Amino acid sequence: MKVRVIIKLKNGVLDPQGQAVMKALNALGFRDVKDVRVGKVIEISIEDTDEKSLREKAEEMCKKFLANPVTEDFEVLEVKKEE
Amino acid sequence: MKKVSFGVVVFPGSNCDMDCYYVIKDVLKQKVRYVWHQEKNIHNLDCLILPGGFSYGDYLRAGAIARFSPVMDAIRDFVERGKLVIGICNGFQILLECGLLEGGMLRNRTLTFVCRDVYLRIENANTPFTSLYSKGDVVKIPIAHNEGNYYISPEGLEKLKKEERIIFRYCSPKGEIEDAFNPNGSLYNIAGITNREGNVLGMMPHPERKSEDILSGKDGRAIFESMVRFILKR
Repeated sequence: MKVRVIIKLKNGVLDPQGQAVMKALNALGFRDVKDVRVGKVIEISIEDTDEKSLREKAEEMCKKFLANPVTEDFEVLEVKKEE
Repeated sequence: MKKVSFGVVVFPGSNCDMDCYYVIKDVLKQKVRYVWHQEKNIHNLDCLILPGGFSYGDYLRAGAIARFSPVMDAIRDFVERGKLVIGICNGFQILLECGLLEGGMLRNRTLTFVCRDVYLRIENANTPFTSLYSKGDVVKIPIAHNEGNYYISPEGLEKLKKEERIIFRYCSPKGEIEDAFNPNGSLYNIAGITNREGNVLGMMPHPERKSEDILSGKDGRAIFESMVRFILKR
């Protein structure tokens, strides 16, 4: 099974990359874009079939390693079968 | 005369290890050896340097993988015994990731890799790393980093200030702390901090690159000399 997590900067932490992307979008004609924050998506393939257990493992991975608790928040997005 | 024993920790991807080794050995004339990141026995060393570079390619986050290297357990123990550890640049990032220092690093607000001399003001000269400076001294030391934008929560910042653990701040050549002289957006212009006990220091600038006049200046040398002095006086 595959689990997908999203890691992003905490609210209130400056995201200069997001700002640069926003300005570029505005310049491209998407003038109503007011804010952009850039994060990362990590997909993890785990040999497990229990969705709850997979989510718990993914959360633990995020807490211990994949996300830096000082600057980042995480969210376990979805679990799905490997294609 | 007794010599102080330094260890320079080398992670896969560290690249400032040789500069640090050279300063300790040839400039300060103390004992030094490299410590490979898988070693577990560092008992007979007095001081450790975690040098700059790109450990593990900065993959995931700078220092995020190095903090799980086998040597880190021995380093924790080393710190608990009151020995001295200095983390420079990537070394600072590793110490933050493993919690030996508080706070975190963000990407430079300029989104560029900044590589140039900066001025730092010494905020606290009562540490094993800065005893040979005076409070308020301004030193010129280079930075070379992409993720040097130090961040900590507002409560964390108040604690650092109260406990006088902010050691270096980016400043003007005259020592004025202003945003214009902040090269990366670091909170409160912080360039270096210590832990609560005062035996672990992390700094983004590279003092090992400013330890000899022939290599453009020696403002950074007193950091290492202060460490030597501290160990010899114990």
